[in-house]
Amino acid sequence: MSPHDLTLQVIQQVFNGVSLGSIYALIALGYTMVYGIIRLINFAHGDIFMVGAFAGYFATAVYKLSFFPALVLAMVVAALTGVTIEFFAYRPIRKAGRISALITAIGVSFLLENAGLLILKPDPRAFPEVIPLTVYNVGGLIVNNRQVLILAVTFGLMFLLQWIVRYTKIGKAMRAVANDRDAAHLMGIDVNQVITVTFALGSALAAAAGVLVGIVYNRIDPLMGIMPGLKAFVAAVLGGIGIIPGAMIGGFVMGIVEVLVVAFISSGWKDAAAFVALIIILLVRPVGLLGRNVGEKV
Amino acid sequence: MLLQIENLHVYYGAIHALKGISLEVEEGEIVTLIGANGAGKSTTLKTISGLLRARQGKILFQGRDLSAATPPAIVSAGITQVPEGRRVFASLTVKENLEMGAFQRPDREVRESMKWVFELFPRLEERQKQLAGTLSGGEQQMLAVGRGLMARPRLMMLDEPSMGLAPLLVKEIFSVIREINQRGTTILLVEQNAHMALSIAHKGYVLETGSIALSGGAADLAANEQVRKAYLGG
Repeated sequence: MSPHDLTLQVIQQVFNGVSLGSIYALIALGYTMVYGIIRLINFAHGDIFMVGAFAGYFATAVYKLSFFPALVLAMVVAALTGVTIEFFAYRPIRKAGRISALITAIGVSFLLENAGLLILKPDPRAFPEVIPLTVYNVGGLIVNNRQVLILAVTFGLMFLLQWIVRYTKIGKAMRAVANDRDAAHLMGIDVNQVITVTFALGSALAAAAGVLVGIVYNRIDPLMGIMPGLKAFVAAVLGGIGIIPGAMIGGFVMGIVEVLVVAFISSGWKDAAAFVALIIILLVRPVGLLGRNVGEKV
Repeated sequence: MLLQIENLHVYYGAIHALKGISLEVEEGEIVTLIGANGAGKSTTLKTISGLLRARQGKILFQGRDLSAATPPAIVSAGITQVPEGRRVFASLTVKENLEMGAFQRPDREVRESMKWVFELFPRLEERQKQLAGTLSGGEQQMLAVGRGLMARPRLMMLDEPSMGLAPLLVKEIFSVIREINQRGTTILLVEQNAHMALSIAHKGYVLETGSIALSGGAADLAANEQVRKAYLGG
């Protein structure tokens, strides 16, 4: 391989990695936002991604909606699912401690997966071709319109999320609750409402990822959330759990690493790479790329 | 009577932290609660603001019993608490912290309140875009007090506003507390610095291990032999 070809090959893989990483980033945002607010690793989050993918599937295959209405519908369905889970499973045990909450989250995850197997059947389904594939060749770089769509939707949603968190009243309240829940309560902020909104936003983002995966990879099944969910969790830890930009960066890094490992090492190492990344980050920089050890000010 | 507490009992698990305290705050007063570490001062404030639940007793605010209300409902009833250790939202800007203080109020009123807070603390106006976590301890205390005012409370409760501050800053904070009171906000002040607290208060209560040991006019308490020995350093 000539140096030119190699460079092109690396650029190509990085581009593919960014588009895969978008999916991880969208899921990772939900992990990190929920963790930031209630210090819970919501292990059912990957399954919310699955719920979103199926909602998108039914919206397009059965109700014949086009891409954007289906995307919005899937996001709404997943948001309602996430909020319902929080209300019935996590809220009653909020004061019971973190381990109880974590175990509950794992239980909810199994519930969603097995309910999925029971109701939706284990056989993979083909996602309808809502976006016909077009392939472009940009100076040797092979790019297709679905990858561009993933990037556009991901960046659009990230921008929207940042805007909500930075400038709206509820977004500021989310940051306040993440900072100091009791103090936020003393300011008259309805903490339960903030937690509900957080679950709704995180779940909606995961659903968007689910629909995008359906469109690009064309195949969905009730257990599809397990591996991307775990990798997105690693991405959130990699970027610094609880930090929104960290989840975005972590997601992209995970996508790029995975694609490069597949291209230059072996596809057998694809999933192992993610967890090697987790082990390395926990050894070298446990607070994550953007994390800081915050000292108390006296 | 603005605030009337009757026979309040609070427990932390098996620990009986407040053993039936009663106290009264009249509209327009500064009332202080003094006592040693662990006497139950902060517990009293946290129970009034709804973070802790009383097992027994009443918290009457303008005649309404608030002992089962949530913290947001208590804020909207007109009580705010400036918590111990300031507890500003470190990763929010000064301005955002103030906005959070007025969370339940309409935007138009928020702007008016902010103007008033900036009048009281011009330093906060200069630093409104700065993250609260980067402020000095004194500035954070000013922000905590300003944030407490943003809800336009009838009663503001302050928990150890002098903690960890240099004497000059303590003086400044206390003179602002007095000014806030003169502008019509009733104050319930918890302090370990009994000397400063009694110097601006109208009335005081001395808490000892969960019970009220003494109460009376601030000047009388400051002159009381027992109080002088135990809390004013002779």
